[in-house]
Formats: sequence, structure tokens, C-alpha cells
Amino acid sequence: MTMQSTGTVSNGGALKAYLKSHMRDYGLLVALIAIMLFFQIVTAGTLMRPVNITNLFLQNSYIIIMALGMLIVIVSGNIDLSVGSVMGFIGALAAVLIVEYHLPVPVTIVIALVLGMVIGAAQGYWVAYWKIPSFIVTLAGMLVFRGASLWLLNGQSVGPFPMSFQMLSTGFVPDIFPTGLTNAAGALFGERNLNLLCMALGVIASVAIVWTGLKGRAREARYGTVSEPANVFWLRTLVVIGALLFLCYKLATFRGLPNVLISMAVLTLIYAFVTQNTVIGRRIYALGGNAKAAKLSGIKTERLTFLAFVNMGFLAALAGLIFAARLNTATPKGGYGLELDVIAAVFIGGASASGGTGKVIGAVVGAFIMGVMNNGMSIMGIGIDYQQMIKGLVLLSAVIFDVYNKRKQG
Amino acid sequence: MTTLLEMRDITKEFPGVKALDRVNLSVATGEIHAICGENGAGKSTLMKVLSGVYPAGSYDGEIHYDGALAQFRTLNDSESRGIVIIHQELALIPQLSIAENIFLGNERARNGVIDWAETFRRTEELLAKVGLKDPPGTIVETIGVGKQQLVEIAKALSKNVKLLILDEPTAALQENDSRKLLDLMKELKSQGVTCIIISHKLNEVRYVADTVTVIRDGTTVSRLDAAAGLSENRIVRDMVGRDMSHRYPERHPAPGAVAMQVSGWNVWHPDQNRRVIRDISFSVRAGEVVGIAGLMGSGRTELAMSIFGRSWGRNISGEVQIDGAPRDLSTVSKAIDAGLAYVTEDRKQLGLVLEESIRFNNTLANLGEVSRAGVLNEAEETAVAERYRKAMATRTPTVMQAVGNLSGGNQQKVVLAKWLFTGPKVLLLDEPTRGIDVGAKYEIYTIINDLATQGKAVVMISSEMPELLGMCDRIYVMNEGAFVGELIASEANQERIMSLIVTE
Repeated sequence: MTMQSTGTVSNGGALKAYLKSHMRDYGLLVALIAIMLFFQIVTAGTLMRPVNITNLFLQNSYIIIMALGMLIVIVSGNIDLSVGSVMGFIGALAAVLIVEYHLPVPVTIVIALVLGMVIGAAQGYWVAYWKIPSFIVTLAGMLVFRGASLWLLNGQSVGPFPMSFQMLSTGFVPDIFPTGLTNAAGALFGERNLNLLCMALGVIASVAIVWTGLKGRAREARYGTVSEPANVFWLRTLVVIGALLFLCYKLATFRGLPNVLISMAVLTLIYAFVTQNTVIGRRIYALGGNAKAAKLSGIKTERLTFLAFVNMGFLAALAGLIFAARLNTATPKGGYGLELDVIAAVFIGGASASGGTGKVIGAVVGAFIMGVMNNGMSIMGIGIDYQQMIKGLVLLSAVIFDVYNKRKQG
Repeated sequence: MTTLLEMRDITKEFPGVKALDRVNLSVATGEIHAICGENGAGKSTLMKVLSGVYPAGSYDGEIHYDGALAQFRTLNDSESRGIVIIHQELALIPQLSIAENIFLGNERARNGVIDWAETFRRTEELLAKVGLKDPPGTIVETIGVGKQQLVEIAKALSKNVKLLILDEPTAALQENDSRKLLDLMKELKSQGVTCIIISHKLNEVRYVADTVTVIRDGTTVSRLDAAAGLSENRIVRDMVGRDMSHRYPERHPAPGAVAMQVSGWNVWHPDQNRRVIRDISFSVRAGEVVGIAGLMGSGRTELAMSIFGRSWGRNISGEVQIDGAPRDLSTVSKAIDAGLAYVTEDRKQLGLVLEESIRFNNTLANLGEVSRAGVLNEAEETAVAERYRKAMATRTPTVMQAVGNLSGGNQQKVVLAKWLFTGPKVLLLDEPTRGIDVGAKYEIYTIINDLATQGKAVVMISSEMPELLGMCDRIYVMNEGAFVGELIASEANQERIMSLIVTE
């Protein structure tokens, strides 16, 4: 994550200027923490109960998975309104194949993911090679796949799924450490049991975060391009590690690591790496930042746009499987309106509607902000009416904050 | 004969540039007055001052119009007094009808409800005046550019125009359409409309103009009367006859073998049915700097872009040989692989990703060089960007600076660095010094010379003739999509180039 553009190190004025020009990056993290603390207080501690934190991940996993793809679509200068419906359709398809046609679970998963890519390709083709605005193509896709879900399910819910399919969403990674040890560790903290695998992974991840951060700084230092002041770096890293270990501890005292958290984390890492460190990622940013310049630099912009939609279709299908597994049934209206949550998460995460800017981490944090608000407000018993209004205003404020910041700098 | 318009000692300054320096223009009632000058001489600025685009107070000098001191604050001010400008790029809305376009912003309406009968009746009257027979309901995009030009004039007439200003009206027109337009100007003159025409085409100027004012480098050079006979040579000399005030780094050309040979190149407009590039053949040697001179709109950019991966136009035919062997340049990446680089005329729109860093832009056209198995090596990228920053003396705190924050000259260095990093044999430079200051220009010239010394073949497109004369070993002269002449440096001068262009 070393895309910072301006600034030099040391002295108070420079520090202030640095923070000002990177208000968005840190603001997002601060906002997430502030929102969590707020709901922690107003729900009298319910928010951060281990069971609720586990729930938070399960509830938002499919949003986050789709946000990864949506970020790429939006960075490349497009939008995909069909993901909610595609997700619902794939869930329905999986249900029909497994429950009615008794296909094995692995076969169904493969069919579903391939079909997701085909759907993405079918939409991306018109956007990329025919230059039809993605808004229109995917609006059409949204209607088509809403209808397709209804048709496929005959308007009825289909379920339940076999256990092996449910594990996609509701399963937990078994602890590899012996029970005696975990019980002893639990006793140390005054808990019944402590999932040591979860804690171990948390510690490993923390070390990895510090190590890669330091390595990156050392590399920047060699070329004199260090932008983040040392104290800011350490503060940010400590906050991130602290939050990570805290979450791991909470999860460890409940049932450990949900399967879906692992797939989510792995996917997030992969997409963060692809967008920031690979040639194809770089080209997507160039495409969204200035499509004409990208094309004149030898980048096959059409193919790249096409692939962005294929990838989106793949992730929407994956999200559809997880969603169906979590509800243990496929409903004709599954996924309705979820595309809006996904798009909102990406914009709250700092992506620009005109393309070219936005980060995977931002989109994930944006999704969590939305998720924590949904969860917190539900615990508080706030009606769905107010919830929607509040979420709408949060989205608008986030974007206004972005534009305001840009203006002040420009 | 009375004077309709008198502009006295008009001076207009922009930060760092004096665009107009005590320009005088005097236009008599009922005449056709031509304004001639090179690109950038200040003609358009002068017309913007006249029409109120630059409001009174933002310039020095006085405008007397129709017997009174005029102080226009907006375009509407000048239009209400009967001054109408028709720009080079037409301001019609393609999807609307002729009638709707003519009365756009000036609708024939009662209480906000359009009176279509009145609109169509008035439109027919106006169209008759300009000799256009299409029905008023015709959608504008379905008629040709020549007719669209007539619609613009009809629109001007609907506003009771006294002074009609036409900016390069025939630039996009075919021969017979041009003639029709010029005849219409004469017809309007006989009806008492005064016209100012801005044009490069001296045969046309001679055909219609009663008086010619020549502007060069923001000052009035001469005022010529047609009654005394207009000599094209005289106008050309006045247009270009400036001192070589720019300086160019010294060159010691040592051309080698032919690096690129283009033969029989033809290109059609992507969405109009006309051939934009016609049978062009040219060559450039290693270590040679070859110039392409021509006015804006002569097809220079279209030529370069069509060669570079067919980035412009359709039905492209012809052959390109690189180092003696025919190469397939059908996509940009193939062109890059063949050793071509194209530095665009418009660096902000086509050359750079402005919100990204110098480093990002520097490696964009050759990411393969700084990656392994598709994974970027940012340290190597930084090293590359640093190397070019030093080599070109790009002024920036770090290579992580967003290019949008750099000055024009430094941006141009980043674009050049981006293309040099692709290791090209042939560089197509399209207006490489546009919009950058004199000092930075000199630096760019030095870089170009160094590249030639290193054995690169350079094709340089420029609207500034002194720049071509100062930099190039050979100059091709281009007009209306074809090469109309080739001059070697020792025998080229501005008059010869200009007369090749205007006598076509």
C-alpha cells in the first residue's frame, strides 16, 4: 500500500501536511473504529461479544467478497448493478442442482463458478467491445437474473442443503492444538476454552504486517521516497495489530475461525496484491485513470474491461454459494438490492466514481463500516426504515468528505 | 465609407505571456475584412476580446463599435449589439433539427410554449437567405459539414447580425462547398452585413477580402487594401517574418541507414466518408530529425496516430518498413514492439494518467521490463524513474509526485521518459513543445538532439515553423492530408514552407 503521492518526512508542519493530504486513508480507519466504539457503548457491549463478532463476519462475507470485484470494476471506470441478482440466481441454481437433481456438492460448486464467469463475460462483452455503458448493460442483467431466479425456483424456496455445502459458510476451522492445552490457555484468561490456532494465526499475521511494513519502508528509504512519517507508521501499525489481535481473541473464545473468514481474508490478500503489485493491476488503474492514454501505451483496454466483468461474475457466484449456504435455503428474492450495499461499500472505501482511484483495503473497510452499522442498529432495535436512511446519509457524507478534501487540496 | 469597428491598442496579458500587444484593427461598414496570421499569432484572442469572452477591463485599449465606446462584459452583450462569431468547431447540437438549432436560446415562444409554426416559417426565410434547401425539420447531424456551416450563418442572421465573424470557416470544407460559402459572404455583404474572416487560405482571402490585417506574435504587422492589389507573397512574408528569437541547441547531424519507411499511406476518417490521409510516403533515417510542417487540421496528428497501431481512422492502407523489413503495426503493442514510440500532442488527455505518480507513468508503456511473471518490482520502477529524472533534469521533489502537479515542461519530460523507456528506434513527436515555456523548450530540444545523436530516428510534428527550421535536417510540408513538398534544412525557410501550404 505505498501509493501515497506527496509529502516528505520529519518536522511538525510536514507531519500536519502529510496527514491532511492523506486524511481519507486514515479517516476511514478512524471512522471504522469510532463507529465500532459507538455501537459497543450504545449496545452495552453486545456488539463485541464473541458470538456477535463471528456473526458480523458471516453476515458480511458475501458483501466483502463482491466488493473485491466491484472495486476493480469501479476502478476501471464502470459499474455492475447486476451482482445482487447474479448472486441470488447462482444460489438458486446451486439449490436446484443439489436438492432437486442430487448433484454432488463439488460438481455443483464448479458449475456455479463457471456459470458466474460466463454471466460476467456475457455482460462484459457488450461493455468492453461494443462500448455500451455498463450502467445499462448491468441494469438489464439485474432484471434478467431476478427473473431467472424466480423462474428457476418456480417462485418457491428450495432447501435445505446437505451439511457439506453448509460448511462453506457456517463451518469453523478445527483447532489443531490438543483440547487440554486450549482449556489451560482459556483458564489463563478466565475463559472456558481458547482456540489456539486462531490466536497463533493472529500473531503470525501481526508479525507479517510489521515485517512487510518495515521492508517496504526500507525499500522506499533506499530511493528517498519515504512518504509516511515514522510515528504515523508505527501508530497505524499498532492500531491495526491491536484490532487484529483483539478480534482473534474474541473469536478464539467462541468457536474459533469461521471457514468463510479464512476464504475472505485469503481473497482480500490476493486482490490487494493483484491490484497493487502486478502488471494487470497497474493496467486497471491506468485504464480507469485515463483510458485513452492507457490505450496509446499499448494496453489492451477492451480486454481488460472484459476481464474485470468476468472476475466480477466469478466473485458474485462465489458470494451466491456462500449466501445460500448461510441461509441453508435459496429464496426467489435472494440477493435483492445487495448490489447497492456492495457499491456503497466501495464508494465509502474511497473509490472515485470516475474511475482510477480506490483500494481493496478501502473497499473491505467500507464494507465493514456498513456491516457494523447494520448489525449495531439491528441490536439497538432501530427499524429498517431508519437504518436505510442513516446508511444513505453515511454514504453521501463519505463521498462529500472525499470531494471536499480534493477541492481543498486542488 | 464609415467605420463600423475600431479596436485601438488592444493589449491582453495572461500570466507570463503577452498574447496581444497594442493590436489595431479597423473594419469599415459593409466590407469583408480578412485577418491572417500563424497559429498562435493572437487572432482568436483578439476575437475573444471583441466578443466579450474576455470582459471589458481584463484587457487594455479601446473598442469603438457602431459609433460608441463598447464595453462588452459577456458574449450576450456583444450579440445583442449584432456581433456574432462562428467558430471553427461548430456549435450546433447534432441531434436537434435545423430550426431548433437556429432558435436555440432565442426560441420563438409564448409563455414558454414554442410556436412551431412561427419557428418553421422564420427558419425557411433564413435558409432561403443562405441558399439552403433542406426542410427546417432536418436533423443537423444528417447534413454535411458544409451545410452545417450555412445553418450557423442562418442562426447568426436570425440575431440581426451586423458584424459576422467567421473563424476558419472553410477548414473542414471541400473545394466547392468552400466556394459556395465565400460567395454567400459576398451576397451578405451586398445586403449590408459586415464580415470578418479569419483564414490561412490566401487564395480565399484574395477572393473575398476588401482589406487584410496581418497579425504576428500578438501585434499588428500590416494592413493591406485589396484595391491596391493583394500579393500572397507579401501576406506570407508579413505572417512569418519574425526574427529567429528562439535559440536552438547546435546539432551535428550524422544520419545513418533508413530506420522507417512509410509508403502509400492512406487513411479514412473513422466516421465520415472522406479520406484524411492521401498517398503519403516518407522516410526517416537513424540519427535524423525529420519535421512535418503544416497547419492545424492538415492531418499531421492523424498521420502519426494511424501509423502508431492504427490508433486513428479506418480503411488504413500502405506499408511501413522498420530497418528495411515490413512490420505489422496493427495494434499499439505491436507498434511498440516494432520500435515505435508516439509522444502525443495532447499530453494531458492522451499521454499521462494525471493523478498517478511520475513512477507510475514512466513505466506504463513497458511494464514487462519492471516485472517478473506479472509481478511488479516497485524498487526497480523507482530506479528507472530516478534514472530518467536525473537524465532529463525533471524538477520534482520525488518520483512519487503526481504528474498532475508538475509544470507543462516537466510533464512533457515524463511523457518522453515513458517512451524512451520502451527503447524505441523511431520517435514520433507530436507538438513536443506545445504550451511550455521557452526555457523548458530549450531543454526538450536538447533531449531531442541527444536522442538523434544516440542514433534514434525522430519525426517531429510542429505548428511552429521556427522550431522545425531550428531542429530538423529535413522538413516535409503537409496540407489537406497530403505531402505537398519536401525541403532539406539548408534550403528551407518560413516563406517557402508557408507558400507551399497556401498555394495548394
